[in-house]
Amino acid sequence: MHIVVCIKQVPDSAQIRVHPVTNTIMRQGVPTIINPYDLYSLEEALRLRDQLGGKVTVLTMGPPMADQALRKALSIGADAAVLLSDRFFAGSDTLATSFALASAIAKLGESEPVDMVFCGKQTIDGDTAQVGPGIAKRLELNQLTYVEKIRAVDLQSRKITAERRAEGGVQVLTTALPCMVTMLEHTNTVRRGTMADMLRAGRTEITTWNAAAAGITEIGLCGLKGSPTVVKKVFAPQPRKEKAKQIEAGENGDLATATLAALFAADARLEETLFRQTGA
Amino acid sequence: MSEAKPAAAPSRGKMKAELSDHFKTYKDVWVFVELERGQVHPVSWELMGEGRKLADKLGVELAGVVMGTSGDGCDAAVAAAYEYGADKVYTIQDPLLADYRNETYTKGLTELVNTYKPEILLLGATNLGRDLAGSVATTLKTGLTADCTALAIDDDRSLGATRPTFGGSLLCTIYTLNVRPQMATIRPRVMAMPDRQPGRSGGIILHPLGMAEENVVTKVLDFIADASKDDAHLAYADVVVAGGMGLGKPDNFKLVKDLAAVLGAEYGGSRPLVQKGWIDGARQIGQTGKTIRPRLYIAAGISGAIQHRVGVEGADQILAINTDPNAPIFDFAHQGIVGDALTVLPALTEAFRRHLARAQAAE
Repeated sequence: MHIVVCIKQVPDSAQIRVHPVTNTIMRQGVPTIINPYDLYSLEEALRLRDQLGGKVTVLTMGPPMADQALRKALSIGADAAVLLSDRFFAGSDTLATSFALASAIAKLGESEPVDMVFCGKQTIDGDTAQVGPGIAKRLELNQLTYVEKIRAVDLQSRKITAERRAEGGVQVLTTALPCMVTMLEHTNTVRRGTMADMLRAGRTEITTWNAAAAGITEIGLCGLKGSPTVVKKVFAPQPRKEKAKQIEAGENGDLATATLAALFAADARLEETLFRQTGA
Repeated sequence: MSEAKPAAAPSRGKMKAELSDHFKTYKDVWVFVELERGQVHPVSWELMGEGRKLADKLGVELAGVVMGTSGDGCDAAVAAAYEYGADKVYTIQDPLLADYRNETYTKGLTELVNTYKPEILLLGATNLGRDLAGSVATTLKTGLTADCTALAIDDDRSLGATRPTFGGSLLCTIYTLNVRPQMATIRPRVMAMPDRQPGRSGGIILHPLGMAEENVVTKVLDFIADASKDDAHLAYADVVVAGGMGLGKPDNFKLVKDLAAVLGAEYGGSRPLVQKGWIDGARQIGQTGKTIRPRLYIAAGISGAIQHRVGVEGADQILAINTDPNAPIFDFAHQGIVGDALTVLPALTEAFRRHLARAQAAE
């Protein structure tokens, strides 16, 4: 079984700082990580490979330095890695990104047919959750998003059964391979690679493809040109006109009583709401 | 949403390409009405309220799209769509739509768009809405902006969709240049629920699905309802208490739960708490978690990054407790206590408990 896992190198969002004067992102020195949601999908792919045999290829699109994310994925246990990197991809929105990644997956499938594609639920920098479904649609893969559990994959009948998170419950779905899956977070425990994996990761050559190598001939569908959406402006939110009113302890020195008084004074119906919902 | 460096990209504000004659024929604003197992997700009516404003600004009609199997809540959803502001409803009713499946719903919605040509299509940013929107937008090769927090119509009639970017540290406004429809998803509770106008009616356009079950690859074997609806009420709660990293350690989260229990409130936390595993992901409040619009929101030990702010800004009253007087949360909270959540929370819990008990005794 050949599984392709799409990952993205993202800035560690906890460490992003905005310049207080210019409102621009201070990227210098911000460490990068594999998008955390991708790791649950990578883990699930590795489990299926361990169970059923085959190969896991990790794929990313990004600048040359994104090879660090691939190297990390190899050290966790992936078998092969492909970096899709070309200046033509710069400025891609989700539609152009899904085109480039789908093209690369199709190219990978020429030598080893792809049975499953895993993507992260969403990224922590873009948060769109659109690239996975975009890839699925372009490659006509059956789509299973927000999966909590893969119950079974049967290579004989080429069927997969999975539990998918829906509103108020889970849908148990069965569909045919090839399919695209996104895993929900905390649905598995991401392994630490073995020492052997780490040594292998150091030795494994990362395949780097530009657009042409990935079989892309329609450059107009890549990057800014292939992106129907544009970001017109980036800005910091307006502060509220007034800052929060500071509540101080009242005459008797009791801050909590003063707080209750302030909250009830600002909202005449708050007390009634509390009575209603506490049954008081 | 541009995945790569929007800030570094050149301003393309002047590059709004002229629409082709084909796309100029696209008009009206559509809202996808999310109907699942007979129930409409409230986000659909929130979007109907927002769609009404956009349609009025453009001088076009507002339409709801209702897909499902006839009888299973479809008629009620159609009637409600009018009452929440739709001028007309496009509906596909077919037994194949009894459960949500990407395959059938993508086919149906894509075909409706290609046939009746809306200029704007809004969907709720739920699991269902996101699963469907990504597939439909890719099929139509059009732009899709996820998780918008504000929508506006420009002078040239195009849709400006604003959303947080860079992990929620800034906002950006995104346009779909020369393709229609302009698609956007919006999270539950980001937009206010409009007033329902009983008896309001409109037109209906029936459309066939044109699929046979034997040609649908994906089958629904079962639906397992959640045993506990533990988090189900967070987004729609009247009072919410939440904690952040200022609580110091996981055990202290109990102080948040204690206050919530006394108030009959729901509780939640900021994104770092979820990432550290202190609380369940379903309890996360903010851009990537739940958006809330309670009457009262109490935030303890939360600094107030934009990604949190956009999730709570709809609250009528925000009380922030933070040791740092310069924490960004005091820029958008209404009331503030500069102090340690670890001492303030128990004091508030006790004061509310006394107050509510006294009221009960007085009855």
